[in-house]
Amino acid sequence: MSCTTLFEQVLDPDNRANPYGLFAELRRQPVCRQEDGTYVVSTHAEIARLVSDPRISSEDLPDPQKFRWTGHPITDLFVRPIRAEIRRRHQPFIFRDPPDHDRLRGLVMRAFSPERVRRMREETEELTNELIEKFAGKARIDLVDDFSYPLPVTVICKLLGVPPEDEPQFQGWATQLATALEPNQRGDEETQAKNEQCFTEISEFLRDLIAKKRKEPQDDILTDLANGDDDTERMNDFDLIATAVLLLVAGHETTVNLITNSVLTLLRFPEHWQRLRDDPAIAPRLIEEMLRYEPPVQYRTRLAIADIPIAGVTIPKDAPVVLLLASGNRDPDRFPDPDRFDPDRPDNRHLGFGGGLHYCVGAPLARIEAEVALVALAKRLQNPRLVEDPPPYRPGASLRGPRHLCLAFDGIAGA
Amino acid sequence: MSETPSGAPERIVVVGASLAGLSAAQALRTEGFAGSLTLVGDERHAPYDRPPLSKQVLRGLFSPDTTLPRHPDLNAEFRLGTPANRLDLDARTVSLGDGTTLPYDRLLIATGTRARPWPKSDEATLDGVFTLRTRDDAEKLSARLKAGPRRVVLVGGGFIGFEVASTCRDLDIPVTVLVRDGQPLEAALGPRLGGLVGEIAIERGVDLRLGAEIEQMDSEGGRLTGVTLKDGERIEADIVVAAIGTVRNVEWLEGSGLAADEGGVLCDGYCRVLRTNGDIVPDVFAAGDVARWPNPHQDEALVAVEHWGNACAQAKAAARNMLAGPAAGLTRHDHLPDFWSQQFGLTIKLVGLADGADSLSIVHGSLEARRFVALYGKDGRTVAAASIDSARWLPAYAAAIRERAPFPPITDAVDQPRLRIEEP
Ligand SMILES: Cc1cc2nc3c(=O)[nH]c(=O)nc-3n(C[C@H](O)[C@H](O)[C@H](O)COP(=O)(O)OP(=O)(O)OC[C@H]3O[C@@H](n4cnc5c(N)ncnc54)[C@H](O)[C@@H]3O)c2cc1C
Ligand code: HEM
Repeated sequence: MSCTTLFEQVLDPDNRANPYGLFAELRRQPVCRQEDGTYVVSTHAEIARLVSDPRISSEDLPDPQKFRWTGHPITDLFVRPIRAEIRRRHQPFIFRDPPDHDRLRGLVMRAFSPERVRRMREETEELTNELIEKFAGKARIDLVDDFSYPLPVTVICKLLGVPPEDEPQFQGWATQLATALEPNQRGDEETQAKNEQCFTEISEFLRDLIAKKRKEPQDDILTDLANGDDDTERMNDFDLIATAVLLLVAGHETTVNLITNSVLTLLRFPEHWQRLRDDPAIAPRLIEEMLRYEPPVQYRTRLAIADIPIAGVTIPKDAPVVLLLASGNRDPDRFPDPDRFDPDRPDNRHLGFGGGLHYCVGAPLARIEAEVALVALAKRLQNPRLVEDPPPYRPGASLRGPRHLCLAFDGIAGA
Repeated sequence: MSETPSGAPERIVVVGASLAGLSAAQALRTEGFAGSLTLVGDERHAPYDRPPLSKQVLRGLFSPDTTLPRHPDLNAEFRLGTPANRLDLDARTVSLGDGTTLPYDRLLIATGTRARPWPKSDEATLDGVFTLRTRDDAEKLSARLKAGPRRVVLVGGGFIGFEVASTCRDLDIPVTVLVRDGQPLEAALGPRLGGLVGEIAIERGVDLRLGAEIEQMDSEGGRLTGVTLKDGERIEADIVVAAIGTVRNVEWLEGSGLAADEGGVLCDGYCRVLRTNGDIVPDVFAAGDVARWPNPHQDEALVAVEHWGNACAQAKAAARNMLAGPAAGLTRHDHLPDFWSQQFGLTIKLVGLADGADSLSIVHGSLEARRFVALYGKDGRTVAAASIDSARWLPAYAAAIRERAPFPPITDAVDQPRLRIEEP
């Protein structure tokens, strides 16, 4: 069978619960052109190669805004075009190429110090246990709404330095903006309009917060980015807002999905759930294998900015390229017996956090959050069971994960 | 002798217990070899890593114990502190310095190289004259550097010499580097980039002398006091480090009938060694610094690649081929040479072989910024890429070198300046 329509099937929500068979078919031709001219890359070696190829661009300039007269000449002729231009020039760095990408990412890496990330462990533990306390007296929970969802936003808000009273608002924004990272929802006009609105709100909020961080510096990432230090320049406000939003969005649904997918997978293979209960020290290995086996980010898109000969085909200049990370993770040429969930796998260099220059900035944080969450759940949930398998999924094919994960259990053990 | 080895091996002997030897041993076990495995090494240390010796160890950041990690289930016998001194191909035995003889079904020759000694033996033995190849060398030299010498004179314009010079500057020790021919690092990087590294060294306080050579070393009571150059200038110094290349450890193979000389042990693309008459010896293999083989990335020219990455890759290929039965296909050693070096705060990386290149193009960054990727072309093909502090795009260029892509292979790329083609 030809592979030219397989990716369309991957996007089809009907295949959301298990796209892995389609990936196996795609891998028969490692780089395959789809009918719409997109090139899908599905094997580990080819993906690893393209994430470090200078002919691949992440610059993903939004379409010039459709011109609709509002009837206000100042708005139409000045305000909107200028706003659009500013947005275009200050995309978050996940959508930018070097050298701008490197400059912005470098500043974030400094602020996102290992020390600061490590300090989040205790806070995450407290938060996790607070959320679990709330399960008491219930026979069933929705793991997504009652646990996975609230956790990462609170953590990233703490790191950024968002006051606790504003967290609920952030939660709403994060959910809406996640669609901005989802390549196949971005086109939808209604979503775009909502994102626009949401972005305006969050920008205004952040502008005020940044001003506060400049007046009263605190020990948090926004303060560092807003003020710079002797060696580093200060980010301008536009880049700073785009970066803060990126950290919020990139670290939200991804982590939600990692936690949810982990519980789902571990309950499908209960011997591993038991192992985790008996020996929490294996959590890091379980999580690495989870990032290979059910990666929360299934693919990323790029643009070829020159012809790229690879794996027997030439990706032409200007072609969109899909890097199917989740398929590379199941590539039998890289991982023996790839469809087996095996936390003891040696040499598990998965693509769950991407690779090359856009490798996930938040990987250490995500690992801590997932570890703390899973260890606590395994310890405290008594006899948990999946109520519905497969669970209902969110529509997104890239940021893929269950919409709900209904669990039945017999009670809650002490922390 | 036939070209297929006889039967599945039960006894494998590896001569040379260093990077290539240990990598091969690990690979043999990973590939399922369950028979007896013996590693013979003339150094008394368990296999250790050399790259840190001229960098972190000399600087005092790492302990000289750079023992390589070893799999707990390796299950190999180590005969350390014992040289092999004879190979008998017909009897399939290796004789050791302690008088014992080891029979083998397959043999791996991984005896590497040693530092080329200073040619005047009376000067080479002076207190204060060093070479750097082994852990013991590094330990001795590092102790002397700690004692705060007045000046170190480095002879040689290669990577190891420059790394040592850089370490001396980090330790705030005055250092003079004597380069006899051309620019520093010219053999690997060509004159342009070599010259640039030279400039950087000068900025970091190195007294760099091009076209300079030692006429004689001066000493007092067996202790080095300085050197006199060919042009008559005298330099006061209490340490000379001679980093003037390597000598391949092939003497023990004399009389064995193998094609082994100062160029290395000759083997084919599958790591099987050759006799002087060109016949393949199917049960004897070579890997690492000592091996010389037809390189597919250099028109099958016979080369020896004295790099860490090659030692690992070739050892793995050899291990696989040692176990391949007559029916199973042999694995071609087609590793693309790659190399890195750290000096003067820079990380230099090189893939491919820039030897004989006729053109150079800076494809990312700039020489002025000292962050760049430079590509080397030869006869219109891309043959090598070097980077300073920007290795990120190297994999794409490595793929282009492998494919022998036209030079320059990638244009209109992200973050690329307008390309100019220059002399290397
Ligand atoms: C100071 C230093 C820095 C380096 N830095 C880099 C770097 O940054 N990047 C890089 O790519 N490469 C670097 N290298 C090169 C790299 O270390 C070598 O390519 C690598 O060690 C080769 O491994 P090998 O096992 O083939 O040979 P060797 O490491 O030379 O090992 C051969 C072993 O065999 C032993 N032997 C010799 N004859 C006999 C005999 N007859 N019987 C028994 N044993 C014998 C030797 O004593 C030695 O232990 C560096 C080397 C040095 C010395
Ligand atoms: C399980 C959780 C997570 C997963 C699976 C994940 C996955 C990824 C992947 C695959 C990429 C590469 C994108 C690309 O190549 O286009 C990426 C980039 C990124 N991630 Fe994550 N991520 C997770 C959590 C986080 C967290 C918690 C944060 C921060 C708080 C974060 C911040 C980022 C940022 C800023 C980038 C862009 C990096 C760049 O462009 O240089 N991520 N992530």
